Order: sequence, then C-alpha cells, then structure tokens
Amino acid sequence: MSDKKRVSRRQFLNYTLTGVGGFMAAGMLAPMVRFAIDPVLKTKESGDFVSVASVDEITNEPQRFEWTIDQVDAWYESEVQKTAWVYRNENDEIVALSPICTHLGCTVDWASNEEYPNEFFCPCHGGRYTKDGANVPGTPPTAPLPHFEFKVEEGMLYLGEAKESGGGL
Amino acid sequence: MLQKIYDWVDERVDITPLWRDIADHEVPEHVNPAHHFSAFVYCFGGLTFFVTVIQILSGMFLTMYYVPDIENAWKSVYYLQREVAYGQIVRGMHHWGASLVIVMLFLHTLRVFFQGAYKKPRELNWVIGVLLFFVMLGLGFTGYLLPWDNKAYFATQVGLEIAAATPFIGDQIRTLLAGDPSIVGAQTLTRFFAIHVFFLPAALFGLMAFHFILIRKQGISGPL
Repeated sequence: MSDKKRVSRRQFLNYTLTGVGGFMAAGMLAPMVRFAIDPVLKTKESGDFVSVASVDEITNEPQRFEWTIDQVDAWYESEVQKTAWVYRNENDEIVALSPICTHLGCTVDWASNEEYPNEFFCPCHGGRYTKDGANVPGTPPTAPLPHFEFKVEEGMLYLGEAKESGGGL
Repeated sequence: MLQKIYDWVDERVDITPLWRDIADHEVPEHVNPAHHFSAFVYCFGGLTFFVTVIQILSGMFLTMYYVPDIENAWKSVYYLQREVAYGQIVRGMHHWGASLVIVMLFLHTLRVFFQGAYKKPRELNWVIGVLLFFVMLGLGFTGYLLPWDNKAYFATQVGLEIAAATPFIGDQIRTLLAGDPSIVGAQTLTRFFAIHVFFLPAALFGLMAFHFILIRKQGISGPL
C-alpha cells in the first residue's frame, strides 16, 4: 500500500468514534423504535362468527341487524355494536352488507333518501350504492360496500368479518 | 451525497461556524484520561447528561402507551410491559436510568466539591447545578407515582405529608401538588404527569443549557 492510501491517525479515530457512537445510539434506539412500531407488526386475529338473526327474519328488503362483539383494545375491553344490512336477492341467496361507506367511513342507510328509494345512501357526502352494494358512478365512493362472511347453522345466520367486495365502478 | 447536501446548505446558510463553536474545543491534558487515568472523574458530568438523554428518549416512547388516569394507568403500564415488544426493556431503561442519573449526578457533585471547582468564578454554575439536582429529584418524585401501584401511592402519600409539614403554607403546598386537600387520586395523577413530562423537563432543559453555556464560557477548572 502506498503512503497516499494510508489511513491517517485522525481519520482512523474519526471512523472508530463514529462506529462506536453509532453502535451505542443504535443499541439505545433499537428497542424504543421496535416498541413504537409494535402496533403495525402485531398480527390481527380474525374474529369469530356471531349468531345475528334467525334465517326466517330475512326478507327481500334489506333489514338492519345489530349484534355486539367483545372488543379488546389493548388494556381496554368493551362490547361494541356491529351492524349489517341483510336480505335475500333474486336467486334466494343471503347478502350481508357492511354499512361502512367506502368513501370516508360514514354509515350508510337503506332508502333513507326520498330521491333514491332503492339505494343505500350515505348522508355525509351523498354517496350511493345499489341494492347489491355496488357504488353508483358519479357519487363519492369508489368501491362497493364490503360483504360480511356468513354461514347458516340450525336456522340461524352467523356473521364474521366484513371483507372488501372488490371491483368498483 | 451527504457531503453534497451539507455543502449546499452550508453555502447558503454558513452552518459550519455553528457546530464548530460547539464541537471544536481543546480538552486540556489534566481532564484527559489518556494522560492521567484518574481524570475519569471528569466523565461524571457527561455521563449524567448521557443518562438524561436516555431518560428523555425512553420517556417519550413510554407516553405512546401510558395513560395518566386512575382507571387505566396501571393497566396501560402492565400492557406496555407484558404485551408490547421490548416494553420491558424500554420501561426498564426509564426505571433503572432514573436511579442511575441520581448516582451520576451525585458523583459529579462530589468531584466538583472535592476539587473545589465551584470556587470563584464558578459559583453561579454550582448554584445552577444544585437547582438541576432539585429538578431531578422532582422528576424522580413525580415519576414514582405514575405506575399507580401500591408502592407509588403510598410513596406519594408520604411525600405529600412531608410537603405538608412546611411551616405556615404546608397545607396549601400539599393541595397544590395533590390537586385536592385530602384525596390522593385522579387529580394527583394528572398533575404529577403534567409536572413530570412538561414542567420539570422544561426547567431541566433551560438549566442544562445555562450550565453548559457557562462551562464553555468559563472553561473547565484548572489542574489541582
């Protein structure tokens, strides 16, 4: 190695001090950063299916069904009310739609606006969805209403998690 | 890349003198442990500052989970320590660091005392140092209540009784600290939290800045 490429004493000290300092800072900050980002990395547990209504109650007109789930929010546990719009479509299949507007998360209502009697309507920004949950083009929402996973056991309707329906107009 | 960003800013704002003033200063031979190993006693002030930085950082992160409310304080501490990744470590840093900062501060005070480094012209910096010591004790006292367990509650009960023993205005001081003449409860916890994370740290930063400016202005005391 030629003399030009030799590391000077000053450079060597600079590198070691930066290295040691950086190592200490990293050792100090690593646990704190991991601590702070923990909510992002926590795996979400999937919710259970909950008995919501008797299948006999379901008509061709969307009806609002409500049920409560036990929600664990870190150190705070509470019962939270959930809502679904449930009906049977023309093929006699059960449809369970989430009332959470896909625009900005307000709550939609069935036929609440006199001008749109056969649509879901969101009062916040006038978002509209047809009966099958598809968003009406030209209104704020860009995706259809989410569908609840459901199953029918012994004449009872069980609802699970609301899943994004995909698509969108 | 970094050098280019630095040069770009430096060309416009001339930041080099700013950090040069802070970073570039000679360390006299008598405070350099490489020359005389016994000079390690001069490290205690810096170590106090280092632990204080850890306290500030770990404390900032702890408030992401902690709630100063009598219903939830203990539960949130339990949660952040048991359920959150590295919670035990971050709270451990703050818990043990609190004791360590007092130890370092005390060693630093002993060094300054036995070397007579507080003498003219440095009397003012000694006074500021004593004020810093009181602020640290205050931080320890107010922080002790925050986990809201039995030890915290009764330590504060005792501390408040001591404050109440002040002549003439004892009861008023007690009420001012606890937020209520007789209860150690909801208002005490929120007050102690506010004092612990806002008022005392503000005082601490101001005093520390003053402390460091004076050291730089007066220079470190000469060899014995």
